[in-house]
Amino acid sequence: MNIVPLAPPAAAPARLHITGLKKAFGALPVLRGVDATMPAGQVTAIVGPNGSGKTTLIKSILGLVRPDGGRILLDGRPLRPDGADRARIGYMPQAARFPENLTGREVIALLKDLRGAAAPTDETLIDAFGLEPELDKPLRTLSGGNRQRISAVLAFLFDPDLLILDEPTAGLDPVASSILKDKIRAAQDRGKTFILTSHIISEIEELADRIVFLLDGRVRFGGSIAEIMERTGQSRLERALAHLMTGKAA
Amino acid sequence: MTTLIPTATARVFQYEFSDVLRSRWVTLYALFFFGLTEGLFQFGGTGTGVLLSLLNVVLILIPLVGVVFGALYLYQAREFVELMLAQPVRRGELFAGLYAGLSLPLAGGFVLGVGVPFLLHGGGGATLAMLLAVGVLLTLVFVALAFWLAVRFEDRVRGLAVAVGLWLAGAVLYDGLVLALVAALSAYPLERPMIALTLLNPIDLGRVLLLLHFDVSALMGYTGAVFERFFGSTLGAGVSLTALGLWLIVPLGLGLRRFRRKDF
Amino acid sequence: MTSSVAADACPVCAGIAATGGGRTPGRPAGRWVVSLLALLALIGPVRAQTLVVDPAGPVASVREALAQAEPGARILVRPGIYREGALVIDRPVELVGEAGAVLDGDGTHQILTITADSVTVRGFTFRNVATSFVEDRAAVKVDEAWHVRIEGNRFEDTFFGIYLSRAAYVTVADNVLRGTRATESQSGNGIHLWYSRDVTITGNDVRGHRDGIYLEFVEDSVVEDNHSEGNHRYGLHFMFSDRCAYRRNVFRANDAGVAVMYTAHVEMTDNRFEHNWGPAAFGLLLKDITDSRVARNVFDRNTIGLYAEGSNRVDVIDNDFLANGWAVKIMADAEANRFVRNNFIANSFDVATNSRQHYSTFDGNYWDQYEGYDLDRDGVGDVPFRPVRLFTLLVERNEPALLLMRSFFVHLLDAAERVLPVLTPEALVDTHPVMHRLVR
Repeated sequence: MNIVPLAPPAAAPARLHITGLKKAFGALPVLRGVDATMPAGQVTAIVGPNGSGKTTLIKSILGLVRPDGGRILLDGRPLRPDGADRARIGYMPQAARFPENLTGREVIALLKDLRGAAAPTDETLIDAFGLEPELDKPLRTLSGGNRQRISAVLAFLFDPDLLILDEPTAGLDPVASSILKDKIRAAQDRGKTFILTSHIISEIEELADRIVFLLDGRVRFGGSIAEIMERTGQSRLERALAHLMTGKAA
Repeated sequence: MTTLIPTATARVFQYEFSDVLRSRWVTLYALFFFGLTEGLFQFGGTGTGVLLSLLNVVLILIPLVGVVFGALYLYQAREFVELMLAQPVRRGELFAGLYAGLSLPLAGGFVLGVGVPFLLHGGGGATLAMLLAVGVLLTLVFVALAFWLAVRFEDRVRGLAVAVGLWLAGAVLYDGLVLALVAALSAYPLERPMIALTLLNPIDLGRVLLLLHFDVSALMGYTGAVFERFFGSTLGAGVSLTALGLWLIVPLGLGLRRFRRKDF
Repeated sequence: MTSSVAADACPVCAGIAATGGGRTPGRPAGRWVVSLLALLALIGPVRAQTLVVDPAGPVASVREALAQAEPGARILVRPGIYREGALVIDRPVELVGEAGAVLDGDGTHQILTITADSVTVRGFTFRNVATSFVEDRAAVKVDEAWHVRIEGNRFEDTFFGIYLSRAAYVTVADNVLRGTRATESQSGNGIHLWYSRDVTITGNDVRGHRDGIYLEFVEDSVVEDNHSEGNHRYGLHFMFSDRCAYRRNVFRANDAGVAVMYTAHVEMTDNRFEHNWGPAAFGLLLKDITDSRVARNVFDRNTIGLYAEGSNRVDVIDNDFLANGWAVKIMADAEANRFVRNNFIANSFDVATNSRQHYSTFDGNYWDQYEGYDLDRDGVGDVPFRPVRLFTLLVERNEPALLLMRSFFVHLLDAAERVLPVLTPEALVDTHPVMHRLVR
């Protein structure tokens, strides 16, 4: 495996600013005016009960979902809808499914091709996950866990400024899980910005600097972990979130 | 890096193409046409006889496979599409790559499956060329329709039902209605309406283009040979090609428009 | 049989029929004697007289030579263009043109009229006979003469080419006829026979005339090895001409194909009828033809291959019907015809008819549209074949439906009708369809 030297930390790490984001699927409003900030170099966890709009928010940032209203600013400029800004974004979807007959290596090669030969790549996760023997098998034959690993490799592949991870550790065994978390921390140390969702509170406590708490399509709370504890008067994040969910927060 | 890769369509196409080729279906599809054509030769068929037998298969099977397989394929490519859309790829480029990645292997499988036996046994000529052209065009048209339906209907069962319905309407029912119309309005001159009705259905259009090769003797018998004169003329060929082109471009355009606005 | 019958029956050729009238060529014994004497004169011990016509003299005109000729003389015509008005050959002579000998009609009159028996005309080019709407002007007219030979001549831009009237024992061989008139009404027939018998027409090549070969009230004659192509009406057209045989001719791309009518005991074998395209074009139209035989012919790429109307007891045997629009159209008034051992291949429609009643039989033919099976492997399909499809009837009734040909819906209709015939003639069925193309 060829190891391409990593690029130095980006000079201006990505920051996202979202205002008044609205999205309805048919008659069903999912985002009712979301305001949130994801500061550069920080890990922002989007939390909330099922159906609160987490995935829709993520997909809006990615351009997979077309918002009905509101603005998403990347480093102060509106996110370009034609996909150009996605060169700076790495994405790990909730369910990792791929073209069935391609191998992992081919998918990686495809993404590299798409970016062009000049793009620096980071393939260290392949070794870390011990994926090398799996790369030449058709993806349909891989286990769910290995697919998820490939998905993580792809998210980090181009050393993006902003990483969006939707339930990244779901389906991963504890070893892989901790490898991924180490990777996230290391990247954060290099100034990368993260947006992630998770149902595992301990994981959020472990990784996140900030919380965006969504309820019924609105931001119930947005701020640092310390702030949420303070606001709710709870000592544990789980309690604090439960507190917010029952609507007692400001 | 923030520049868009202009060759995104080509990349997507390249990978989808190899993906489709490796799925057994296209191979089976090509083998089916090969086996059928070769079998027709083996059972004592001459070039023209084999082409005549193929005509019905082409007009029925190609639209069916195109519209059903096309819709299934796009539904199943959902995750790949999402993966791609998280990359710096324009939706239009992705759509084009997906379309080419499916329709070209299908068309190629058909051309090889039918063409190789003719290379082995000889014969065919201009009629074979027209049969292959009609088959390829119908593949392109019906995969385009399938893509439109698959983008239009989120529910795959519903999408597939509409796809099959569309095929049934175009391949079978439409001609029944035209025949009923002809019988009901036998007192009126129907040459022009018949030509118009033919242009409205890509399967009929393909069929009539082939009739010019197989049944010109009968078409010349029609009063004033109007059908032969129209479809056999440069104008008629142009109009036919334009109509088939519209059948390709309109569903593809509608599909693309929806694909651009769609939420994934 | 009178000419008025012909006029009624065949309106398109009424003009020609109306000029006729009278009797078949007589056979008085005296004429035999004259002929015999002439023949003896030709082969007799005394060397026959030979006259040479040359533009440079001494005999500079054909007219002069004909006037000088003794019975049995040979007149040799040197190259040159001879414009001599209407010539009449009234004595048995052999008139031979060398290559380049041209008899020009000047666009005003007939060229040669033969009124004597035992005349031979060979090797000339006949040119410029004007269209006339009052008389059947011809380059060569044989009028009430016997034992005439017209051979190896070329006819260019003549109204009628060779015209036989009340002639017998005539041979018309190896002539080339090229009509140049643009329309049917302006052109005459290439080889025209009227009230004649025992005529042999062989090896001629006729193009661009009204009818290539025309016979009316002709008996016991033979038409063979001719090529008739691109004529404005029929390649071959005959009426009231019993006991004639037509063999090994090619009738190709004539505006209306070939039409034969009101005749018994016709034998048509080994001919090719091909590329006759149009709403009223027939490979071969049979109208009121009885007790005849159509065998070993090839019908290739005609709008209608064989059309039969009011024709009875015609055997259609061992023919190939290839890539015709309608291979056979047979009307319900045609009875007791038999279609046996024919090949039906790549036709749009194999058989069409106009009624559910049907009195002809089909047996042992090869139909490429047959989808039956042969479990006992005797080469004959185990289920009968119904060549008249429901769609055939639909097209007969609603012509625009033609454009639905070969559509899946039409196939379904045909399949249903084959299982349960409701509209197609139940009796029109081949009970012994053979499984493989019949090899000739």
